[in-house]
Amino acid sequence: MSDVLNFHFEVDGNDFKSAGHASFLMKKNLRQLGLPPETIRRVSIAMYEGEINMVIHARGGTADVNVYEDCIEIILKDTGPGIKNIEQAMQEGFSTATDNIRSLGFGAGMGLPNMKRYTDYMNIESEVGVGTTITMKVNLI
Amino acid sequence: MKISTIKDLLEAEVICYPEGLGLHVYSACGSDMMSDVLAYVKDQAVLITGLVNSQVIRTAEMMDMNCVVFVRSKMPTAEMIELAKESGIVLLATSKRMYEACGILYSNGLIGNRVKNV
Repeated sequence: MSDVLNFHFEVDGNDFKSAGHASFLMKKNLRQLGLPPETIRRVSIAMYEGEINMVIHARGGTADVNVYEDCIEIILKDTGPGIKNIEQAMQEGFSTATDNIRSLGFGAGMGLPNMKRYTDYMNIESEVGVGTTITMKVNLI
Repeated sequence: MKISTIKDLLEAEVICYPEGLGLHVYSACGSDMMSDVLAYVKDQAVLITGLVNSQVIRTAEMMDMNCVVFVRSKMPTAEMIELAKESGIVLLATSKRMYEACGILYSNGLIGNRVKNV
């Protein structure tokens, strides 16, 4: 774990159209590093779902991606409303998104489950009224 | 199935990236919910949707999809077209409805979420 590459992104919470830009840039970076396509896809999807969540629920935040020798770590931080019940939020189909968000193609209650599905490790720390930090890891084989 | 075959079967208009018409897709997903697409689709798939916003292209990009078909004569915005070009994604538009478009592709051999053996 001697060499660590860090990529930092600010996620703008005011523009739904630009949501996903950080994940798009990160995917390009991972391609340049020559990582396997399946690994790149898993990291990209998990980060993208997290980015969308930050825009929908938390007025944006930050994304940090650390590339270690043995894994890729994604840390998503926001100062949004927090998650009241994490266990409930992890259930497929559970969502607090508005109909307006659903009309944009999200809010089906698949975001957090998808993030867990595509990563090897996921931890959510959240405090209502303070914010949420999600840490995910994808192992490099 | 070649993307050019999809274009012909759906009588679709090519909106951008005609260079990709010779590429193959091995599975398909018809949905307006992008999180469902992100949950279930394998790579080298075509996305069939009636949703028009930039997240459709972002989703396709994240999933390594190389073709998106817009049904019911929906047309992507200029911003979406730019994103698709940047990512090398063919955009098609057909007047057919979602159910009909999916049925045509399915009955011609593009069967759902088939996983390609690499």
